Amino acid sequence: MGYTLNFSAVWRNFDQLLAGLLLSLELAFVALLIGAGIGLVVAFALTGRNAWIRRLAALYVTVIRNLPILVLILFAYFALPQMGVRLDKISSFIVTLAIYSGAYLAEVFRAGLLSIPVGLKEAGLAIGLTPGQIRRSIIIPLMLRNVLPSLSSTLISLFKDTSLAAAIAVPELTFEARKINVETFRVVETWLVASGLYVATCSILAALMRAIERRLTIGR
Amino acid sequence: MHEFSAFLDQVWLARFVILKGLGLTVSISFASIAAGSILGVVLGLTLVYGNRFARLIARGYTDFVRGTPVLVLVLASYYILSTVGINLDPFEAGVLALSVFCSSHVGEILRGALQSIHKGQTEAAKAIGLTFSQTFAYVLWPQALRQMLPTWVNTAAEMVKASTLLSVIGVAELLLRTQQIISRNFMSLEFYFFAGFLYFVINYGIERFGKYVERKTAISS
Repeated sequence: MGYTLNFSAVWRNFDQLLAGLLLSLELAFVALLIGAGIGLVVAFALTGRNAWIRRLAALYVTVIRNLPILVLILFAYFALPQMGVRLDKISSFIVTLAIYSGAYLAEVFRAGLLSIPVGLKEAGLAIGLTPGQIRRSIIIPLMLRNVLPSLSSTLISLFKDTSLAAAIAVPELTFEARKINVETFRVVETWLVASGLYVATCSILAALMRAIERRLTIGR
Repeated sequence: MHEFSAFLDQVWLARFVILKGLGLTVSISFASIAAGSILGVVLGLTLVYGNRFARLIARGYTDFVRGTPVLVLVLASYYILSTVGINLDPFEAGVLALSVFCSSHVGEILRGALQSIHKGQTEAAKAIGLTFSQTFAYVLWPQALRQMLPTWVNTAAEMVKASTLLSVIGVAELLLRTQQIISRNFMSLEFYFFAGFLYFVINYGIERFGKYVERKTAISS
């Protein structure tokens, strides 16, 4: 033992860590937005009438959920260029994370869709709305409010998954921490501060999402 | 078609490398699930029955671990321990990190399961004269276990997926072996696909097993 903590080297490079944190947050938010879009489409496919589309959607969900995300990230960045799909590091990572979260969100949204009483759709039809209007103005808003808790936990796990972008040298928080670690040798301090930043951001995100949930809950 | 047979040749050439990586992936997963579950059960019990101070510590530990990405846990465990003079090889440091990660999951699962059991059951047990440890062993634990099992099996699949992160600190599990093979034959598309296929087979197997356990443990209503 006999290790004395000295945080000065980490504080000197703190703006690098903050820049990394900011990028991590951006990656997570953009991936969540695209992923939610994918998840919504897939959820409608999963609950739709066409058996083949249902099967295709289920295949996507099953395959993605059973693959390690690091394999997906490396595959997208190193193997897809062989097929002629060439993306820069950041877009490749965002697309991968979006496809990954899309599979999880599809399940979340599917459960949300199934929880909406049929009577509401029938009521919509009765007042002369088209199926598209019913989806847009009745089903999706209600469903989104029902799934908010799952959405917030997905956002938090996506935020933590952004650390994997370090594997393809995207300068997010973990990558920056690793760099500082190598440059300054203040190993313990760097990792303590980096984990601290992750933990703090996760709690802030959780608190924010809870606040949104409270605002959107009616009655009770 | 020629390319595919070239790929098969390369797979055959690398068969022992792949098998070794697969073996290590399985060992990492088993070791961290076993250690993480034991630690997690202690953690869950502390979260529910500990005194105020123990609960505070356990809550702090759980929240800290759950708020930190697994990759950061792996890197921190590997770099920090050697700096403070605890010499673990990458495998041990990695398994330690994954066990810590697993324990926080199992701890929360157990807490949820125990807290969902109706209070009346404990009261009834007390009323017929059972001690607390008897109540736990005969009344609470069997119900909690039944409720936990499917989620526990899912955690196992999580751990197999998380084992890929040990490639970052140089543990030659399946993913690092795959990267080594690719650096020799440049067939990145084929071999990442192949590795993905192997992971899929393992995890899909675990998922099906989880569904089976869910059916078996479901209380018919």
